[in-house]
Amino acid sequence: MRDTWRLWLSHTIVVLSGVSVVIALVPLAFVLFYVVTQGISALNLNFFTHMPAPVGEPGGGMANAMFGSLMVTAIGALFAIPIGVVSGVYASEYRGSRFAAAVRFAADTLNGVPSIVIGVFIYGIAVLPFRQFSALAGGLALGVMMLPLIMRTTEELLLLVPSSLREGALALGATRARAVFTVVVPAALPGIMTGILLALARIAGETAPLLFTSFNNRFWSHDLRQPIATLTVQIFTYAIAPYQDWHRQAWAGALVLVTVVLVCSLVARIATARLERLQRGA
Amino acid sequence: MTNPRQRTCSDDLWFRIGTGACALALVLIVVGIGVELLRQSHLSIARFGWQFWQTDTWDPVSAEFGARPFIWGTLYSSALALIISTPIALGIAVFTSEIAPEWMRRPLVFLTELLAAIPSIVYGLWGVFVLVPLVRQFEVNTPAWLKWVPLFTGPPLGVGMLSAALILSIMVIPFTSSVAREVLKTVPQAQREGAYALGATRWEAIRMALFYARTGIVGAIMLGFGRALGETMAVTMVIGNNPQITTSLFAPQYTMAAVIANEFTEATDDIYLSALVEIGLVLFVMTLIINVLSRLLIWTMTRSKHPKRIPRVGLRAAA
Repeated sequence: MRDTWRLWLSHTIVVLSGVSVVIALVPLAFVLFYVVTQGISALNLNFFTHMPAPVGEPGGGMANAMFGSLMVTAIGALFAIPIGVVSGVYASEYRGSRFAAAVRFAADTLNGVPSIVIGVFIYGIAVLPFRQFSALAGGLALGVMMLPLIMRTTEELLLLVPSSLREGALALGATRARAVFTVVVPAALPGIMTGILLALARIAGETAPLLFTSFNNRFWSHDLRQPIATLTVQIFTYAIAPYQDWHRQAWAGALVLVTVVLVCSLVARIATARLERLQRGA
Repeated sequence: MTNPRQRTCSDDLWFRIGTGACALALVLIVVGIGVELLRQSHLSIARFGWQFWQTDTWDPVSAEFGARPFIWGTLYSSALALIISTPIALGIAVFTSEIAPEWMRRPLVFLTELLAAIPSIVYGLWGVFVLVPLVRQFEVNTPAWLKWVPLFTGPPLGVGMLSAALILSIMVIPFTSSVAREVLKTVPQAQREGAYALGATRWEAIRMALFYARTGIVGAIMLGFGRALGETMAVTMVIGNNPQITTSLFAPQYTMAAVIANEFTEATDDIYLSALVEIGLVLFVMTLIINVLSRLLIWTMTRSKHPKRIPRVGLRAAA
């Protein structure tokens, strides 16, 4: 009798854990379904090539916002990739040192800082002193968000490189810098690129740190010192406005954003799987 | 000609200094965030002191700032999100690490982690136009006898605490579940085999594993809590942005992150801006404490098996 109860309980829990996976996948499907159906109906060529239409006029697009998003993300990447990769090299090369532990701790802390707080920080150091919202400040905010992601991936991937490679280079008389940058880093490069791609996908969808750094702009701008429109901030502005037409545009923007993010994630995923298979084969 | 050996030594030193300088940037940024927020908020700290966190009036026109409703909104929404998301996230972790057949695991993990890849603003947009109307329907149809419970009082607006908590829990699930799965992986197989050998059912063996991993699981839940505290866009769009302290799930409320997002660019005078930065400072300190504690818990759990490896949540969850 008691065993029947135990078995029954066990089966129930197993089923419940399966159900919880389904519960989590329902909102995913639900969100994607709405983004695709609502987005498709509002998406057309004009959306990619035209500027935002004035209030009340139908049509228009988000050409400037998409360009702005690209630009701000690129600035972030330019800032974060070199610093992130090199500090990752430090953390893996001198892994036992106390400073490396501190850097690792700082990266994990930074990863947990809310994006809105990073926005406030960048506002204080890059907007307030110049009394000017700017694309540069927005890029800087995204770079700060990207930095810990890149540093940690680089470090982990470098630790996976077999030490015989490094030892071989050192035995041939290479300096440490040479061994690292011509032998160890290239061996881990495909993985690092994948990590960078994932980090890009993540920061491309950020809104909060841009609200008061790169701000927004109704017009085309490629001036680093001027405020610039971005896809995410534009979606936010349109979503909370009372105009039907703007809501449609917001959905179209969301579709573009989600497509970019998901394609990046998928590509990174496939690349990772392939790399793992290669490593296992080797 | 210099001695080649000497050359190597000094080159190595320069290599260490050069790469170390880059690494220092990370430390400086974290310290810089704290210093900068403190510097920008000193006006408000000096003017209001502790009063800032003990009063409820938020009136920029007469320069009266009390931030208690925002703290309440942040903690209440995050706690609710945790209550909803924790059982689901643990269920996912158990299913994908203990129960599902091998071929199913990777695709399922990928799908659940896609939840973390969807940008916050997209959740917000979906929340405003899809979730909020659904929640409003639910609120309108709440039976009268339920209204005796203080949770279900208030006007059926749709926007409010319930919508915010639901959306937050969806966003937190992938973080908690991916760390919990990592932690479960570190439970030695012998533990489970021992349980089975003693005649345990499947659930009893899983319960064993969960108990063995309890420190790390608590860490995973706290990490999710830290995420929920700082979540901005989606919450801002559905919580109703009305500073008030109430346990009602239907009432529109306000969070710390949301008030910064909404009012920062409108803050024209110094004291207003300073008050907003002070809210940011406290949010920073709160997430810092939660994150450090949760990392410590996860670290004590995972260190034995993978030395020097703390689950990198952000990236893995985005994968």
